[in-house]
Amino acid sequence: MAGLELLSDQGYRLDGRKASELRKVQARMGVFGQADGSAYMEQGNTKALAVVYGPHEVRGSRSKSLHDRAVINCQYSMATFSTAERKRRPHGDRKSSEMSLHLKQTFEAAVLTQLYPRSQIDIYVKILQSDGGNYSACVNAATLALVDAGIPMRDYVCACTAGFAEGTALADLCHAEETGGGTALSLALLPRSQSIALVQMDARLHQDHLDTLMEAAMEACKGLSKVLDSVVRQHLQEVSVLSRD
Amino acid sequence: MLKSKTFVKKTRSGGVLKIVREHYLRDDIWCGSEVCTECKDDSPVLQRDAFIQSRLCTYPHYLIPDTNVVLHQIDILEDPVMRNVVILQTVLQEVRHRSAPVYKRIKDAIHEKEKHFYTFTNEHHRETFVEREQGESANDRNDRAIRVAALWYNQHLRKAPCAGELRVVLLTNDQANKEKATEDGLLAYRCEEYIKSLIGNPELVDRLALTSNEQNEITGGRVLFPEHLPLSRIQTGIKNGTFLQGTFRANRDNYLEATVFVHGEGEDGTEVLLQGLQNLNRAVHQDIVAVELFPRERWAAPSAAVLEDDHANDEDAEEEEAEKLESPALETSMLKPTGRVVGIIKRNWRPFCGMLTQSQIKEATRHLFTPADRHIPRIRIETRQASALVGHRIIVAIDGWPRNSRYPNGHFVRNLGGAGDKETETEVLLLEHDVPHQPFSKAVLSFLPRMPWAITEEDLKVRADLRHLCVCSVDPPGCTDIDDALHCRELDNGNLEVGVHIADVSHFIRPGNALDQEAANRGTTVYLCGKRIDMVPELLSSDLCSLRSNVDRLAFSCVWEMNRNAEIIRTHFTKSVINSKASLTYAEAQMRIDDATMNDDITNSLRGLNALAKILKGRRIEKGALTLSSPEVRFHMDSETHDPIDLQTKELKDTNSMVEEFMLLANISVAQKIYEEFSECALLRKHPAPPLSNYDILVKAAKSRDLEIHTDSAKALADSLNAAVLGGFPYFNTLLRILATRCMMQAIYFCSGMDSDFRHYGLASPIYTHFTSPIRRYSDIIVHRLLAVAINADGTYPDLMDKHKQSTLCNNLNYRHKMAQYAQRASVAFHTQLFFKNKGILNEEGFILFVRKNAIIILIAKFGLEGTVFFKNKGKPGPKLSFDSEGPSLTVEDQHTFHMFDKVKVTVTLDASNIQHQKIRMALVEPVIAGVSVAWPEPAAKKPKLDR
Ligand SMILES: [Zn+2]
Repeated sequence: MAGLELLSDQGYRLDGRKASELRKVQARMGVFGQADGSAYMEQGNTKALAVVYGPHEVRGSRSKSLHDRAVINCQYSMATFSTAERKRRPHGDRKSSEMSLHLKQTFEAAVLTQLYPRSQIDIYVKILQSDGGNYSACVNAATLALVDAGIPMRDYVCACTAGFAEGTALADLCHAEETGGGTALSLALLPRSQSIALVQMDARLHQDHLDTLMEAAMEACKGLSKVLDSVVRQHLQEVSVLSRD
Repeated sequence: MLKSKTFVKKTRSGGVLKIVREHYLRDDIWCGSEVCTECKDDSPVLQRDAFIQSRLCTYPHYLIPDTNVVLHQIDILEDPVMRNVVILQTVLQEVRHRSAPVYKRIKDAIHEKEKHFYTFTNEHHRETFVEREQGESANDRNDRAIRVAALWYNQHLRKAPCAGELRVVLLTNDQANKEKATEDGLLAYRCEEYIKSLIGNPELVDRLALTSNEQNEITGGRVLFPEHLPLSRIQTGIKNGTFLQGTFRANRDNYLEATVFVHGEGEDGTEVLLQGLQNLNRAVHQDIVAVELFPRERWAAPSAAVLEDDHANDEDAEEEEAEKLESPALETSMLKPTGRVVGIIKRNWRPFCGMLTQSQIKEATRHLFTPADRHIPRIRIETRQASALVGHRIIVAIDGWPRNSRYPNGHFVRNLGGAGDKETETEVLLLEHDVPHQPFSKAVLSFLPRMPWAITEEDLKVRADLRHLCVCSVDPPGCTDIDDALHCRELDNGNLEVGVHIADVSHFIRPGNALDQEAANRGTTVYLCGKRIDMVPELLSSDLCSLRSNVDRLAFSCVWEMNRNAEIIRTHFTKSVINSKASLTYAEAQMRIDDATMNDDITNSLRGLNALAKILKGRRIEKGALTLSSPEVRFHMDSETHDPIDLQTKELKDTNSMVEEFMLLANISVAQKIYEEFSECALLRKHPAPPLSNYDILVKAAKSRDLEIHTDSAKALADSLNAAVLGGFPYFNTLLRILATRCMMQAIYFCSGMDSDFRHYGLASPIYTHFTSPIRRYSDIIVHRLLAVAINADGTYPDLMDKHKQSTLCNNLNYRHKMAQYAQRASVAFHTQLFFKNKGILNEEGFILFVRKNAIIILIAKFGLEGTVFFKNKGKPGPKLSFDSEGPSLTVEDQHTFHMFDKVKVTVTLDASNIQHQKIRMALVEPVIAGVSVAWPEPAAKKPKLDR
């Protein structure tokens, strides 16, 4: 049987989007009261929850602490019910440690850690439902949670994926596109300065395609940053209305 | 822009997996009509005055066909009359799912601007999306989606201010769907109904496919075939091992027999033998079928008989056919698993070329069609123009094969022209072998260099200027696409410098453009007798790329430094500019070498090359390279009428092998280089060693003459072939080599990242590729590009580095090469027939190449011609035959026993009684067997004057 046709001749993708369109984004901040910051994020059917604690004193061995800046501790996990096949996911398997590491690198580039020497910031993210772009949903959710916790950052960190079909770059891949299309690139961007916090790509890609792919991913990130910004502003409004009462 | 996110799809795959996918509905999908003012479509596809003259619809209208109409009536939809058709996404998706070839054809139609076909993405349109209801089947939902979309069009177009009477018309052959559509207030017609109502296009009616409703009427109720199982049962059966899945291959010599090749794990597969119409159960050549194996006691040996299905056009002659099969052979070693077809997994029907056999009943509209390809059964079609089609080559497509019909049903597609015409026959063999032979399109030609073309300063800057070298080319006479040239000169250190210069086609054909895509699709130039179907336009093949003498040409050079012992000291690749000093034929080159009085640069260069080539060849043969032979025939054509006047087998000269030797060397050097540089994506060529069982016939044949052939390695085979010489029978060795050639496997292209076995068995080389003929082979263009990247002469591009894409390309190239070869053979056969038609009856000496149960196959060396002498003629009681498969030998009337390689005398005539399968008939003259052999015909037999 023929594989999936990722992009029709009329320019529509499997789910009816055009090449550069993002999936529907929904987000909420401050979903948990007890944490310092928290956020819930939906990008299409990918749903992520992020919780932030800190900055606080370094827990455990003191040797981990850094004298000039804060340590960022990230933990990534996937819910057992997050994929079509129910799977027990032991803590700290290779994939999630890798993802945790990537998140840590991303936020070390964005959070102004030098403001909090000898302290620690914990970021916990969980994928509740997975439909492609897990990393980007986590980054976006964590960004909102950090904002909610009031931790200063250089800029929003926005992440998005991009892939390739029939010579056209597709933004914000869903699961079917991620698995059926070959290359997928994840990009985390600080949109205002256009600096890249992290780029990741597992498959091989010809260098001729790299520019278009990066371009598409950057555009998608910028689009996302607008959405995140409006979520933050709306949240602020809600909170200020509440506190005024 | 995203309207809302409704999500609906739940599919199961493999186990019970719930797959959830988003499904966005949009507001910005346009209707694509010129009349519409509401949609913001920049370039609407559907015309304002969509007018097809029809008695049913007297107003302008757009057609919306449903899935089955597209699937079955694609021949109609492709006709230029059919314009302004809306293809719904629902339909397109279903078609894609069900038939890849039809999907490709409908997409081609959509891309054709003059057809005004518009794809409406109804599944993502907010107003036309429908959700599957409880208890509704997927098919019903899709039918409903089609109706909803049609309804939407009606309402939408009505809103347009100047739509006038514009309507949409739904075409469906499903009665229930049609009724529901009419209830909804839609105009719906059956496809036949609509086509028959068209004014001024009566010939379209013939091209209607017979749909299932009508099939029942066609033949009486008698059920002839067992039922096909539904796909679901087949799949369960295959999973639990009761059925096997494989490719159905009809036996071209015996219509009651076929094999199914079942792919096993890894390389090996098994073959299941099917015998009798019931067991073949309506499978057609190349279908993917499910078979059920019979118990071991019913296993049988393939019958060696030749049976042709040439019943007259009557339907009742099929009763006793099952009995006609020979009783199975008794030796158990010969037994093969047998079975029957229980179901069809995938039909692989294509349009077939062939001829009509007119029904004896004068007014009948149903006729039998006999395909040219003898793997394909005869097809029943309905046409009113039978008398006009008789004697013509036509194309017919199969529509279906009901259980109560002896033959499949089909419909007429196209008339190619009178049978026997050279044009028509060439067209037929090109079509039958799927050789793309249309003239190059404008888009393709637009990528040719502007004329006048000249080598620029920039070209010279990045290329080695080798114009001073004494380069020459050696080719067959009349060759206009010269893609290789050679030189050889002495260096100061006493070594020799040898250069192979290949036309730099990749300089002109840039990756990915229309010209490149066309060449990649064609894959190879096809050489027929007196006709060449180019892979690249003539401007390139015969002019700019052709390394003709005394003009500057761009080349890709492979230059070696060699010592006198032909050992390579240094290899160097470079893009270059050359100026060939002479274009020689093989004979001319040979003459120069042999003529001691000639001492010019060219001749000396040739002598140097020749000496080295002999050393190289010796070394290659030492390593176990095979020298096989096949009888190759060339025609001397009358230059005006292009009729063959004389025919001769190809003659090989020293210089042939000189050129060949250096081409092999260049190919090997390049293969090493590109593999070194690109271990994952080098395009290479390999030749697998044949399974030992392939050699059975060869070993047996040699044994019958008390000679032994060793087949455990290429070297052993080569040595034992060399040793297999019979005194007083000089041609014997050639015959053995001809047989050995038939034991070989096909050499194939592959991508180095997808395979681990690279060996070229025939050349005894660990690695090999094709570099030396880029004008006529696309593989060489890719190899040029790889090599150019490897030496930093050119940039790479994505598809070049993608091993999967390259693998797909290799598959196409392998297919095209195989087909080109077949087409070439068919062309030789056709011209052989023309030749014999003009010659009348000939008496010739020949050798027996194979012995069959009821026939011997004879090779006439002089013509490279193969023919069959049958010992059983239809309608007559045949002579007594006894066949011994060990020999193999055949004893006729207890008088004479035929062995392989026996010398016989035969008469050769052209049997034109069946114009479609004109055959070279051979009849035995010597040895004389009473009642079997024929007398020498009168020596001065009057040549029948055949005018055409
Ligand atoms: Zn419209």
